[in-house]
Amino acid sequence: MHVRLMRLTQVLFLALAVLLAPAVAGAEEVTLTFWSWRTEDVDAYNQFIAAFEAEHPGIRVRFVPYRNTEYNTILATALQAGSGPDIIHLRAYGGMEPLAQAGYLMPLDDKVEALKDFNPDHLAGATNRADGRIYGVPFALQTVQVLYNVRIFEELGLKEPQTWSELLEVAEALKRAGYIPFANGAKEGWTLETFFGAVGPTFYGGSQYYEEVVAGEATFEDPRFKRAVEKMLELRPYLPDNYMGVGYTDMQVLFAQELAGMMLAGSYELGTFAQMNPDLKIGVFPIPGERAEDPAYISVYVDGSYGINANTKHPEAALAFIRFLASREYGQMFTNTLKQISAVPGTQPEDPVLAEIVELMERQGTPYLMLTAFRYGQPSGSTLLQNELQGVFAGLLSVDQAAANIQEGVASWYEPFQ
Amino acid sequence: MVRRWMERHAYIFFLLPGLVLYGVFMVYPLASSLGYSLFHWDGLIRGPFAGLENFKTVLTRSPYQARFWGALSHNVLFFVTTFAIQTTLGLALAVLFRKKWRGFGFFQTVYFIPYTLSMVVVGFLWLLLLNPTWGAFNQFLRLIGLGSWVQPWLGQTETALWTIILVNAWRWLGFPILVFLAGLQGIPEELHEAATVDGATGWQTFRHVTLPLLAPVIGMMTILTFIWDFNAFELVFIMQGSSGNPYYSTDLLGTLFYRTAFGDSTTGGEPGQIGIASAIAVLMLIIIGAVSILGVRQMQKRQVEY
Repeated sequence: MHVRLMRLTQVLFLALAVLLAPAVAGAEEVTLTFWSWRTEDVDAYNQFIAAFEAEHPGIRVRFVPYRNTEYNTILATALQAGSGPDIIHLRAYGGMEPLAQAGYLMPLDDKVEALKDFNPDHLAGATNRADGRIYGVPFALQTVQVLYNVRIFEELGLKEPQTWSELLEVAEALKRAGYIPFANGAKEGWTLETFFGAVGPTFYGGSQYYEEVVAGEATFEDPRFKRAVEKMLELRPYLPDNYMGVGYTDMQVLFAQELAGMMLAGSYELGTFAQMNPDLKIGVFPIPGERAEDPAYISVYVDGSYGINANTKHPEAALAFIRFLASREYGQMFTNTLKQISAVPGTQPEDPVLAEIVELMERQGTPYLMLTAFRYGQPSGSTLLQNELQGVFAGLLSVDQAAANIQEGVASWYEPFQ
Repeated sequence: MVRRWMERHAYIFFLLPGLVLYGVFMVYPLASSLGYSLFHWDGLIRGPFAGLENFKTVLTRSPYQARFWGALSHNVLFFVTTFAIQTTLGLALAVLFRKKWRGFGFFQTVYFIPYTLSMVVVGFLWLLLLNPTWGAFNQFLRLIGLGSWVQPWLGQTETALWTIILVNAWRWLGFPILVFLAGLQGIPEELHEAATVDGATGWQTFRHVTLPLLAPVIGMMTILTFIWDFNAFELVFIMQGSSGNPYYSTDLLGTLFYRTAFGDSTTGGEPGQIGIASAIAVLMLIIIGAVSILGVRQMQKRQVEY
């Protein structure tokens, strides 16, 4: 009897311990790690996280940024080894899909209610095409267009051009006045993709051509695509001297220090320019067509998204944080602090230039060609476009050859072309 | 019994730490990349067995083959030029420094300093110097009346790779000088004296006494240079990025492998191709391994005693 009683007490204690354990653990603080490549945004993210932590006592988030160029490798290696962070700053499109495809990410479409209100075009950047599910909450949208220096334009009495020939006149006037018309260089191939993103859509015909080429009905040897490249070449006389050696940071300095009047650039530059030269007044316009009534476009893409590691030990806490990142409150905070366009629907940028870009984007936006559709394989459309454009700008290749090379490269993996 | 065995085979325990490290960090990655190269890959997921399909793609299919042969030819140029510079300029300087004239110690240090700098520092420094807009190099050219030579050195296909090779040589040269100097100091002075007594001129002494005796050192340096130059990556990556800008003109096997395995660093993200990248890595290993072994064999055959 005595022994039995002891046994029973032991069993009861054990049961009690098992029952109590989760409750005790639940009261403990949960720490989520959040990996990112945005080393330049550490302060902003710590501020966002503080706002989240104030609403969610018991959850702490640690923001860990890695070097931009090394982030993909570090992340993929960690995930392959079964570790990695709870919250993942994801790239978009082809940069995200392999991670979802390999099962490293938690699908979010049935767990984050707010995603239903997002623009479907923007969700494409966080969707795995194979299963159609959404694996991330898109954070920023970027656009590519002309940025110009308002002070220089006013000084020379220049107006935003409405036609291509007016654009060339503006460039000519800037050159005469001793300014570099466009700050753009060609040393780094990717800045030529940006160049193309600004000039191209207006001449290849925006979303119409985009949809045809994505479906495999049109190719990169299409006269519309070649015409877009030829139009870029017309701007060559208005680039800096020795533009083949002008790299990205040089471009930024030329524009920020008011040595150049215009730059074909992404909306993400606004925040950088505000830091480099707070007095700089920037205006924006899309590259105009031949006639004023021709539609003019700007390229739009999703920068990336926030996702959850499928292996996270704290799925509930991670979801709470992700829901916060999908909220209007966060979107507004994001756009105000980082001067970027939030992907959260209904956010309104305080910054007037950004607000103008949002308006342009809604009326004249078209998907950024290579990034949104042709980065799902290698050699990616971006790598090809960047290098072939360098070949064309250096005078080594004709536009026809470059177009043929791009087509051949993409067709090596893109099924609709095969 | 066991104890005797232990005593006789104790060396195993001394070898073990090294063997484990070598196995984990060298043999295992090599074997696994060889394994990876034999499969099809869908992003990060391993697909069916591919046999030598990936190798065939790299070597014969467009656009891969153009990139591979292009990168290989750049590596060859990289090696040949570096070799030429170090065995002419490097050897000449080493011979000069051997004379121990006053002030040469200073120059010896000067030539060696770049070698102690990290590749990142060297790359960044030369990026600034060669900047076409405000770089010191072009301003210097203008200053000495060579304004017509001003060029975007790193932005043109004709000059970019040469510029990088020269920057690399600038950083590297101190090392071969040091090695040659050590080799020269190992040659007994009597041999030179005997040659002089026999009436040999300075050049004849160098050509028929110094050079043959230095051959093993030069051979060793050549093999080392070959290995390093075929693995070259950092400097190009720092100065030109991973896509071999401009227009693949600075693409090396290292950057091609990196870009294929991890996606182009400048595009922000695209899927890597593990199978094809591993095939490139294996091909690099075969090339480097085969040439190095041949080189070492040749050297052993020609070993001279004195």
